[in-house]
Amino acid sequence: MNRSLLGRIWPNATAIVLALGFVFPVYWMFTTAFKPNSDIITEDPVWFPFHGTFEHFTTAVNAPNFWTLVGNSVTVTVLAVGLSLLIALCGSFAIARMRFKGRKGIILTFMVAQMAPWEVLVISVYMIVRDADMLNSLVPLTFFYMLMVLPFTLLTLRGYVAAVPKELEESAMVDGCTRRQAFVKIIFPLLAPGLMATSLFGFITAWNEFPLVLVLNKEPDKGTLPLWLSQFQSQFGDDWGATMAAASIFAVPILVLFLFLQRKAVSGLTAGAVKG
Amino acid sequence: MSVQIEDAVRDSAPRIGKGGAPPSRRGRKTGRAARSAPYLLLIPALAATAVFLGWPMVRNLIISFQNLNMKQLIQHLTEWRGFDNYAEILGGEQFWRVTLRTVVFTAVNVTLIMVLGVLIGLLLAKLGKKMRLTLSVALVLTWAMPAIAATTVFQWLFDARYGVVNWVLDALGWHSMARFDWVGSQLSTFFVITVLIVWQSLPFVALNLYAATTTIPKELYEAARMDGAGTWKVFTSVTFPFLKPFFLATTFLEVIWVFKAFPQIFAINEGGPDRLTETLPIYAFTEGVGNLHFGMGAAISLLTIVVLLAMTAYYLRLTLKQEEDEL
Repeated sequence: MNRSLLGRIWPNATAIVLALGFVFPVYWMFTTAFKPNSDIITEDPVWFPFHGTFEHFTTAVNAPNFWTLVGNSVTVTVLAVGLSLLIALCGSFAIARMRFKGRKGIILTFMVAQMAPWEVLVISVYMIVRDADMLNSLVPLTFFYMLMVLPFTLLTLRGYVAAVPKELEESAMVDGCTRRQAFVKIIFPLLAPGLMATSLFGFITAWNEFPLVLVLNKEPDKGTLPLWLSQFQSQFGDDWGATMAAASIFAVPILVLFLFLQRKAVSGLTAGAVKG
Repeated sequence: MSVQIEDAVRDSAPRIGKGGAPPSRRGRKTGRAARSAPYLLLIPALAATAVFLGWPMVRNLIISFQNLNMKQLIQHLTEWRGFDNYAEILGGEQFWRVTLRTVVFTAVNVTLIMVLGVLIGLLLAKLGKKMRLTLSVALVLTWAMPAIAATTVFQWLFDARYGVVNWVLDALGWHSMARFDWVGSQLSTFFVITVLIVWQSLPFVALNLYAATTTIPKELYEAARMDGAGTWKVFTSVTFPFLKPFFLATTFLEVIWVFKAFPQIFAINEGGPDRLTETLPIYAFTEGVGNLHFGMGAAISLLTIVVLLAMTAYYLRLTLKQEEDEL
């Protein structure tokens, strides 16, 4: 009896401690952003912000170029993810459903491409973009981000495509659909959750990308938000309230997207993992 | 399972060329179109990969044989150095030190992530519905925190003067930590980076492990329990063997992610103090873009890729073999 009570308590107790531990940095980011400076610069931390203020958000939003950079980030992310979804969908269909010479080699190519250490390719990417005279432009950024997310998108979508029973497609074709019609009418609707889940990871990657934009787009109004955020603290000295407000603004879109899509994302990843 | 069904369908249905096409009633022309279809579908992806990844790789190789510094860059000079960049790097001590540091850093982080992640995943499976949801939401919030935002938050948490970590340590009786400068020494900086990276990576492993355990047939657990297996035994005899592909794939992904971790290390202290927390990607970046030795930086990049390939070779070979079996 005693033992089973203990057996019931410890998992829950551990879970609570863990949950608090995981959430705390996020909590601290948001609360610091809302605290007046006197509650931030203090020897004794204020755990619960009872005197909320929006002053730090005003500081962050009024920082030079803020809205331009928001626009840049959104443009680059949306275009990159959209393009890669389009390209990956075609490719993943071929890989999941067709047998052809070189299939293995192509899968390997994308697996290796997925590992590509972009962080160490910045030097040559810088040279290429510089030679094309496109430094400080959003165009190369969009295309490189597109390719950063393409291999993962393609390989994950392949799992989703493979998970759609082939018989559905075949019976559609027996009923007189062409292969393309079968894809558009039967497979595509079933893939929608997979597309959403996959694009979520694309969004995160592109929204977060840091090393490339650090090198390519040095002009203050041509960068993206990660660059802005990383330089925010040094620009504003030790204004932690404003820095945390900036971090919150940057994190919120992803947090919201994630909370909406996470269930699909998790099950999707396992679907992809089972298929390899 | 699905493979077997596919094979059965394939064997019983007359078909042309490749899987999935219906029995042909439209003659040779359709056959040829169907044969080229997969290549047409893959062209955009392959072309994009060649242009935006293949070309930078080739360019990187070319630059690594050049003497390319600020002067050559501005005057557009091409000076070849042959293998001198490589000789200089491999002959020096710094590269080996950084490589060793990177391998140890990756090993420590990935081990922590996998062990703790699996434990949390198993805990999730054990919890009741409400508690599981609570912990899942916490994990998802963490998972979703963008790397740069998380790094900034950790700088604030570990701030020497007003950081909450030092305050807690002081309050717990470790008074020498009251104004401790975390980014002042190599080990403590790595400690902060490791906590940050492990904290960020655990949700992925834990949530996916939990999701994967739900795919294990309940009968297997019941059978193991009937045989009197304890928790550990159940894990080693049911969960682990059943999820082996999952463990391999996740470890592989984590190795890559930790190895390549850039924003966290760079934004915390730019590889400092005294370049003592530079891992290979940061080292290549600092040499190349920071110190404007592009040729040297490119050579380090290439060697970095070789190290990463060596670290993941086992998994890559295994996956390839698997693909082969599936075909």
